[in-house]
Amino acid sequence: MTGNANASSRPTVADAISSAAIEVDRLVKVYKQTRAVDDISFSLPRGSITGLLGGNGAGKTTTIAMIMGLVLPTSGRVRVLGHRMPEESAAVLGRMNFESPYVDMPMRLTVRQNLTVFGKLYAVKHLSGRIAELADDLDLTDFIDRANGKLSAGQKTRVALAKALINRPELLLLDEPTASLDPDTADWVRAHLERYRRDNNATILLASHNMLEVERLCDRVIIMKRGRIEDDDTPGAIMARYNRTTLEEVFLDVARGRVNGAREVAR
Amino acid sequence: MSGLSLHRGLSMQRIGAMILRYWYLLQSSWPRLLELLYWPALQVITWGFLQLYIAQNANFFARAGGTLIGAVILWDILFRGQLGFSISFLEEMWARNIGNLMMSPLKPIEFLLSLMIMSLIRLAIGVIPMTLLALFLFHFNVYGLGLPLIAFFCNLIFTSWAVGIFVSGLVLRNGLGAESIVWTLMFAIMPLACVYYPVSVLPIWLQYVAWVLPPTYVFEGMRALLIENSFRIDLMLDALAINAVLLVASFGAFLALLRSAKKNGSLLSGGE
Repeated sequence: MTGNANASSRPTVADAISSAAIEVDRLVKVYKQTRAVDDISFSLPRGSITGLLGGNGAGKTTTIAMIMGLVLPTSGRVRVLGHRMPEESAAVLGRMNFESPYVDMPMRLTVRQNLTVFGKLYAVKHLSGRIAELADDLDLTDFIDRANGKLSAGQKTRVALAKALINRPELLLLDEPTASLDPDTADWVRAHLERYRRDNNATILLASHNMLEVERLCDRVIIMKRGRIEDDDTPGAIMARYNRTTLEEVFLDVARGRVNGAREVAR
Repeated sequence: MSGLSLHRGLSMQRIGAMILRYWYLLQSSWPRLLELLYWPALQVITWGFLQLYIAQNANFFARAGGTLIGAVILWDILFRGQLGFSISFLEEMWARNIGNLMMSPLKPIEFLLSLMIMSLIRLAIGVIPMTLLALFLFHFNVYGLGLPLIAFFCNLIFTSWAVGIFVSGLVLRNGLGAESIVWTLMFAIMPLACVYYPVSVLPIWLQYVAWVLPPTYVFEGMRALLIENSFRIDLMLDALAINAVLLVASFGAFLALLRSAKKNGSLLSGGE
């Protein structure tokens, strides 16, 4: 493990057995009458960056929430870093982290206070040094003692990313990581994520509507539609299969039920 | 929060982190601090003057000096104890921070313990000035109750935590749409807990219900102490036993509601 988490969350025998960071097997989630996730399976190798694409209601957030243990599956299995979720979540939660538009950092606390609280929750050693390092890396220094509620949307996103990186996670789950950032900052965040993955051999799963971001960052793309996996391959292979030059065109084809950008698919 | 287990590998550091989080919040917001002081002070002043008036006009209450103001202070321990617990919990819901906590290594029992400690801190901030006000304005020294006060306090705070844990579970499961329960549930208990009158006032069948509530024993005990000068330890032990059952039941309910929240996805929405 590359992180500073406490001894109880170090890699175990179970980790060694499983080389995959995430294993999803026949996962189903049904809310009343709605099948939000419908029998999906995939496995993400350690050190990979995978993009989860899909329109609104495709099942991306529910899938990520089940991987995190925030939502219980109706059926199927999830293993994270070799451990069953949510049964063995205590063994892995200190080694993973996430960023999502569905959660916020407490608004009245300053950036430093927020990072201090989360650093302590994740048992980060040399916490003040780690906070200084993140402030430097993510350019938070100018507003580190300002209340989170008084930051711009872009600054809040960078603070949320700092929180997601506070424990140097082996697995990072990101939901729209560059939403509300200007193009320059978004590009800078993407570069930071690439560097973080490379330096730490971290696994990153990100849900995004930004196709350029996915093309640039991801070595694999999973496209979801109505709770099912519509396609799963490298960005290049998927674009070739749909005879398209950008993932955005592929996304539109899938969303509108077209194959090869032409005929409608009867579903 | 990891898993659904209550107790495996408790971490004082994580509990401390949560207390630090609430302390930062209190420090950053003077309205929150003022709110802690404002209502208890208002309560004690209003009821203190009423007590003075009654004492001047009724022999019984002249003898039973302090029962009203004592009841107000003890009721506030119960009510403020629960609010102190529940408001700290609600702060996480209002801040949309609950997902961050649930995804962190923080365990449910650590979260609940930090809320319990915060309820004590908030209670101290609100109730200690209130007791001093009662002493200086109305010459009612609640600390003069001595050891029985500790028994009263412990039983009331245990009940407040049990109620706080249960309503927090309800809000976790049903979102902020269930927030009003936090503010009102304790008032549903009030008439049956016989805060300002003896249990004997109630119809017989309702008395059985009243004796299921630990605060009933405390308020009866307080009246026995102030009116008859007798400390009813039997009442305190009965209350303690019922509190133990209530606390275990509320922990169980919280875990069941947390599981249900994970099942229906309400931890993601958190709203109404």
